[in-house]
Amino acid sequence: MIAPAIHMAGSLHAGGRCLIEAFDLTLPAGRWSALLGASGVGKTSLLRLIAALPCAARLDGRITAQDNAAIAPRVAMMAQDDQLLPWATARDNVTICARLRGERPQPDRAAALLADVGLAGHETRKPSQLSAGQRQRVALARTLYEDRAIVLLDEPFSALDAMTRHTMQDLAAGLLSGRTVVLITHDPAEAIRLADSAWIVTRTGVDPCPLPPTAPPRAPEAATTLTAQAALLQRMRLHLASEAA
Amino acid sequence: MIARAARGLWRAAVPVLVTLAVWQAVVSLSGVPRFILPGPGLVAQSLWDNAALIWQNTLWSASNLGLGLVIGIALGVETALLLALSRRARWLLRPMLVLAQAIPAFALAPVITLWLGYGMPSKIVTIALVTYFPIASALFDRLMSLPAGLSDLSRLSGAGRWRETLLLRLPHAVPGLLSGLRLAAVYGPLAVLIGEWVGASQGLGHLMLMSNGRGQTALMFAALIALSGLSLSLWIAVEALSRWSEKRLSFA
Ligand SMILES: Nc1ncnc2c1ncn2[C@@H]1O[C@H](COP(=O)(O)OP(=O)(O)O)[C@@H](O)[C@H]1O
Ligand SMILES: [Mg+2]
Repeated sequence: MIAPAIHMAGSLHAGGRCLIEAFDLTLPAGRWSALLGASGVGKTSLLRLIAALPCAARLDGRITAQDNAAIAPRVAMMAQDDQLLPWATARDNVTICARLRGERPQPDRAAALLADVGLAGHETRKPSQLSAGQRQRVALARTLYEDRAIVLLDEPFSALDAMTRHTMQDLAAGLLSGRTVVLITHDPAEAIRLADSAWIVTRTGVDPCPLPPTAPPRAPEAATTLTAQAALLQRMRLHLASEAA
Repeated sequence: MIARAARGLWRAAVPVLVTLAVWQAVVSLSGVPRFILPGPGLVAQSLWDNAALIWQNTLWSASNLGLGLVIGIALGVETALLLALSRRARWLLRPMLVLAQAIPAFALAPVITLWLGYGMPSKIVTIALVTYFPIASALFDRLMSLPAGLSDLSRLSGAGRWRETLLLRLPHAVPGLLSGLRLAAVYGPLAVLIGEWVGASQGLGHLMLMSNGRGQTALMFAALIALSGLSLSLWIAVEALSRWSEKRLSFA
């Protein structure tokens, strides 16, 4: 598995309205890229366009992988809502994508991945018997089972409580390293903690943000992390103010 | 467990007892002749005296109902699946289904009896027809309403329509099938009754007409009670099935 860089450029439109006027974005290969920005600006649309999923927005421009091969077949996605099958066990949820393709599921591999996300012994539980954090872990294990080079995360941890979110961030950082990860988040702390590069998406384009020179995942209590968080928050507020003006 | 069963029985017994009491009170206080409204005692007597006759007609109606339901359900499920699987089938059949639903299936009972005669086939066709539409449309609606997240999952996995239907749409649609079944459990016994009223040589509906014609009002009521028992057992069976499968599939 070679994780490619993704290049996207153009302008984004929806319902006869221009969402993003002109942007040019290179998401580096095998790294975490964070996209921040006001809600409704078009972040989810950008992810869906990368994954070639049906989308209300239209891109005037192009999305290409560095190796020029198709992107969609190499994508796994995880959203805020865990999207688990309520009727299936944790193990069957992890293997669902393989079964949908008609492949023989590998229950041992599913169990190993569930153990990796800290759910050993929960293989036969249904989503209704798991907490929100545990369900999100199952969703992470399902994403890992797909073993795709590109992983798209749409606010995956925003519905979790602070402590669970912290644990999940650590887990994801460890288990998804080496892949090209795109993380949408509204939380500057999350971007600073996990991302190798970060952009604020606005109506006029994408604004690259400076991050601390250390490698993620960054310790949330480190002074550099806290300063970077404050700076990023300030930058987001400036963008919000200039949009309102 | 036993306490719960006892409570359930008690809850079911109260309305029955109240009905019997009111019934008896109306009969005693108004003094209506017994050929207009026989009291509960007379009806119970008739039920006992004609047990064999009632049982035989109940069996006949029940087997018509069972066969008709099985055929209606099978065809309904098949139609819903076909429509969900094939865009072309949707394009062709959906307007027809909507049109067909505009004709009350009960109103076709005389026509069906005219074509198929007084025997079993006309009853089975009427019952199947009446249960077919609610099953097909309730199941189809749920098959087509897969949550967006699961649609995405299927698309990203590269699933074909067949596997998507089998692994995602069908389990998701079970509650739709169950609500269709609940409707079928209500319409089915009605269809039995109407089919037999239009023309039959056996069955509880037939027995009701016959005893009415002969002034055996108590027997007519006894047949009515047997018919209610039949509907009630069907309803309980469907309800138990829904509970069980909704629990198994972790819905609700
Ligand atoms: N069906 C639609 N028709 C027109 N505009 C839509 C439709 N669906 C969504 N949009 C618009 O697309 C924009 C981008 O949405 P989205 O990508 O979900 O934003 P974000 O993820 O940044 O919150 C929103 O402003 C929304 O109003
Ligand atoms: Mg969004």
